[in-house]
Parts: sequence; structure tokens; C-alpha cells
Amino acid sequence: MDRRKFTRFHIEVSVQPSLASVIFFSLLAIILAFACGGIIFLFYHISPWVGYQTFFQGALGSWYAFSETLKRTIPLLLVGEGLALAFRAQVLNIGAEGQILLGAVAATWVALFSGLPPFLLLPVMFLLGFLAGAGWALIPAFLKTRFAVNEVLSTLMLNYVASNLVLYLIGGPWKGKGVRGFTYTDTFPEAAWLKTMGITRVPYFTLLVGIVIAVGGYFFLKKSALGFELRVVGSSPETAKLLGINEEKIVFLAMLLSGGLSGFAGVGEVAGIHHLLRHPDHISLGYGYTAIIVAWLARANPLATIVTSFLFGALLSGGDALRVSLGIPFQVVSVFNGLILFFLISTEHLSRYRIIWGDTKVVENYDS
Amino acid sequence: MILELILGTLNRALAYGTPLLLATLGEICVERAGVLNLGVEGMMMLGAFSSFVVAYVTSNPWLGILGGAIAGGLFSLIHAFSSITLRANQTVSGLALTMLGTGIAETLGRNWEGKVLSSPIKPFSEDFLSLFPPGVRTLFRDSNLLVVGSIILALVLWFFLFKTKAGLSLRSCGENPAACDALGINVWKVRYMAVFGGGVMAGLGGAYIAVAYRPAWSSGMTQGMGWLAVALTIFSFWNPLYAPLGAYLFGALFHLAFRLQVFVAPEILNSLPYLFPVVALVFVSRLAFRKKIGVPGSLGKPYERGEWE
Repeated sequence: MDRRKFTRFHIEVSVQPSLASVIFFSLLAIILAFACGGIIFLFYHISPWVGYQTFFQGALGSWYAFSETLKRTIPLLLVGEGLALAFRAQVLNIGAEGQILLGAVAATWVALFSGLPPFLLLPVMFLLGFLAGAGWALIPAFLKTRFAVNEVLSTLMLNYVASNLVLYLIGGPWKGKGVRGFTYTDTFPEAAWLKTMGITRVPYFTLLVGIVIAVGGYFFLKKSALGFELRVVGSSPETAKLLGINEEKIVFLAMLLSGGLSGFAGVGEVAGIHHLLRHPDHISLGYGYTAIIVAWLARANPLATIVTSFLFGALLSGGDALRVSLGIPFQVVSVFNGLILFFLISTEHLSRYRIIWGDTKVVENYDS
Repeated sequence: MILELILGTLNRALAYGTPLLLATLGEICVERAGVLNLGVEGMMMLGAFSSFVVAYVTSNPWLGILGGAIAGGLFSLIHAFSSITLRANQTVSGLALTMLGTGIAETLGRNWEGKVLSSPIKPFSEDFLSLFPPGVRTLFRDSNLLVVGSIILALVLWFFLFKTKAGLSLRSCGENPAACDALGINVWKVRYMAVFGGGVMAGLGGAYIAVAYRPAWSSGMTQGMGWLAVALTIFSFWNPLYAPLGAYLFGALFHLAFRLQVFVAPEILNSLPYLFPVVALVFVSRLAFRKKIGVPGSLGKPYERGEWE
């Protein structure tokens, strides 16, 4: 035991940071990232003020901008809440990008080549898309549980494979008949298009599903037995072992859910926005990678991904405005992504500290 | 004839495998000290971009190589700070480094897109090669000083890690940092230096691509090589002597993917270099799992001096 006297203030370390400090440090991370990212504008001889103005105009400045943000929020939400569940189990699925593409591929096959009656198209597209994404994610899950292969590497490598698969399909067997020199497939029949809200390009079905799953995922983690097991495996593998929790089952579950939701998001992109299969960079604007930060910023809480996915949806459409209006490449988004992630994990430790001002206090520490 | 073909393939494997080798050696150095840096791809991209710009502006490719190495090293310090000093999650910090590095290189690289270096690093001259027997000549036809230098670097790094006292300290910090701390070794300093060294080597790898292998700027020119280097670190059991084998195998694979395009769809072939590590990881991980070959004991675990331990 160690008794220490403190005057004026002392610092407490809590395992669970308070909500206020989480929000404070999250905002701090974003603000710091924007402050640093502003340097990019100087390289393009644009004043940061003009840069940020364009950025925010493009993200939230008008109803159109808002709808563009919402359009990009949907895939981030779906993928992000899946990754939140996976990260809770300490399963680092970095392969959402590829899983999105697999979902898009499955949906394209259903829409163009399955010959199903029109009313069945969309339901089967989403079903198969989910399964394709999940199946793609189960490969690393199998390798991790059976052969102890690090999932960060295996999921990442499979992204490149998935991207090549799409390139192969759109340039080879699935190349559209009416597209001549371009490499994409024919347009889907209209029965395979998702309805959008009014005149916008926001498909509301996937948005609704995203919100429902965010709420459902929250209660799944909080209330269900399986959710409890998932959290225990993530926070303390030793305890999980003592409790007799099947860790392999949880790894499979985490991969299945995150991969499946990514596949689902991929279907939403081709059925709701593109209506055909095209270059992988156009189907997913790095949603799989951005969603990692969405989930991390939400502290792996599915409900909070509603907020964080919207923030990053705004970041993506703001980045698009920078590209269109100021000629700054879209990859600037990746700079902001990286910076936000850095500041986020760097301040994570700090958010656990609490400064308590006051008179002399005696703090007792017991050996644990 | 067959021999000629094999030597020709190996020649290309040497040329293509060199950036992989450099980055892998760097990551071995970092991971041996107990730090996991998944930002190799970002450091390579930034190294490639910096070296290209320096070489373009100064018309001196060697200054470019130097610039790439320094840029990679400095950039890696971000990861060092967040993972060593702030004890942040190393996996995520590395991912952030990759996003940041590729983001910066591609954003700023837009103005350089398609520009070609007038004075790249050239392969060995005919005169120089003619001093050697024909087989060697074919083998090193597309090589340059950096290719040979990276092989020497592998040997030097092996000697450093396994035969010197400083190398022992570095490895000990990766195995048991608490014991090192008790012995008076400055764990933080050693880890910082290891991360910096890794960044320099990754930057060199990127610089090799931009200034010697394909001396014209195009965004995304590292093609995920950084990630392959992370995988190669595991294949080589964290041993610099095995690193060239893996790197050149991948080099050969990339070359074959290019050569076989006549017969098989290029997209399928291009997937091979990424599918192969997944398959290989299965075997290596099993081996590493069972026998604990090489895996640094404290890999990825931040060190914090315990007050009440």
C-alpha cells in the first residue's frame, strides 16, 4: 500500500472514461486534424479559409450538399456498425473494402444474370450480397481460428484480390454489350433499382436498415447472451476462457456480421446509386477504410456509429467539393482520415485521466 | 536455354523484389524491438514521392534516394510517438500512418502525375557487367547499386541483430522490455531508433521504385508492397537472412504475373502476389505458433514502467 498526499489537485485514472470526456477528446481530435490538414491547402496556393469554406459548403451548406452527405453516410453506417461489433471482439477486420465489392458482385449477378422474376430481384440481391460479403470475411475468420493467421494481413490482402475480381468481371465476362470502349456492365433492369428519397440520390431503404441495425446492434451487445460473450472475448480473453466461452465461435460471428453488413452496403451502392458494376474505386470511395475510423470514433458502440458515420459522410462529400471546386485530389480525404485516427488514438489514453481540483487529499493505492 | 530463362526471371525478381526487401528489413528491425508498424505502405509511398520530387528538382537521383530515406524516417516518428510515448494501439496507429502517407503522397503528387525523371538511377553498365561470366551478367542485367546494396544491408542487419551488443539490446527490448529497463537499457530510446531505422529502410524501398525501377510519378505506385513487406517479415521469421528469399520470390511472382498475361487474364494473375501470402501465412503461422520461431515476445505491446509491480 502506498499513501500519497496531493495538494491542490490530483489525477485519477478511470478504466471507463466518462461520456463528456469521450466527446471532448473526439471533438479535439477532429479539430486538431483539421488544423494540421489545412497545410495541404497551402501547397495548392489556396488560403485555408477558402478551403474550409468550400469544404463545409460542400458537406452541409445546402440541401443538395446535405443529401450528398447522407448518400455517403449510408455505406459508412452499415459497414461501421459491423466493424464496431467486430472491434468489440478485438477482431480487426480491415477487409471491409473487399467485402463491399463482393456484395456488389453478388448483386450484379442477381440483377443481370439470374433470370429471377422482377419482384424477387431486390430481396435476393440483398440476401446474396450479405452472404457474399460474409463469405469473403469468413476466409480470414477460418484462417485465424484454424491456423492463427493474423486477420489484419489476410483481410487486407483479400481487398486487392476482390478489387482484381471486379476488374476482371467488368473487363471480361460481364462487360456490357452496349458500353463499347468502357469497362462496366450493362445497366440493371429497373426492378433492381432502389427507390430514392424524392429527387435526391439517397436510397432510404438502406438508410432505414442502417439505423435499425445500429439500435439492434446496441441492444444485441448490451442485452443478449451472445453479445455479452462477444464483449468478454474482446475485453478479457482470459475471463472468456474461464467462463468457457467459445472464442472461435465469436471470431466467426464478428467476421460474419461485419462482412455481411459490408456486403449489404455494397448491394446498396450498386442498386441504389450506380445501377451497374463498375471500377472498384467508383463503387466504394474507400468506405471500407473510412468505416474503420467511424467505428473507432464511436468507441465501437453501434448506436454511436449513427453520429460518426454522418460526420465522415460529411467529410467525404466535403472532400468531393474540394475536388470539384478547387481541384484538390479526392485523396485529401485520406489525409484527414489518417490525422483524425492519429489524434483519436493518441488522446484515448488521456481521456481516461481526470483532473480533480480541490484541497489536500489522500489517495490510497493497493497492490492488485 | 532453360538456365537462361531461369536467370532472366531471377534478374527481374531481383529488380522487383528490392523495394520489398528493403521495406521488409526495416520492418524486421522495428518488430524485433517489439513495435508493430503497419504503416509500411504509407512510409514507402511518402518515401517514393519525396525521392521523386528531390531527384526531379535537383536532377540528382542519389540526392533523391537520400530524401526518400529521410522522409520515411521522419514520417515513422509519428508512429513512434503515438505507440511508444503515448502507448496508443499500435495496429490502428500503423493503419493511420498508411492512410496519412498514401493520402499526402497522392494529394501532393497530383501536380507531378506523369512526370518523368531525366536522370534516374541506371542499371549496371555493359562495360562493368562484362567483367563477369555470362550467367552473372544475365542475373544482374537490370540491377543497380541499390539492388546489391540491399543484399549487403540484409547481411549487415543480420550481423547487427545477432552478433553485436547493440543488436542484442534491441532484440531484448522486443522480448522483455521490463528486464531491459531493469538492466539500465533505455527501452524508449532503443524502440524509437528501431522505428526510425525501419522508416528509413521503408523510405529507401519507396525511393528505389520512384527513382530507379519506374522513374515516373504515378499515384499508387507502391501497389500494396508495404503490406506484402509486413507479411514477408513473418515469412522470414524475423530474420534478415531469410528476407531476400521471400522478397525475390514475390519479385518473381510479380514478374510471372506480367509475363503470363498472354495466356491468363491479367486480373487473375495480378491477384496472385496477394493470394500467395495468405496461403503462405497459413504454413508459417502454424510453424510460428507451435515452435514460437522468432516471434518477438513483446511484439505490439507498449511498455510502461510499472510503479507498483
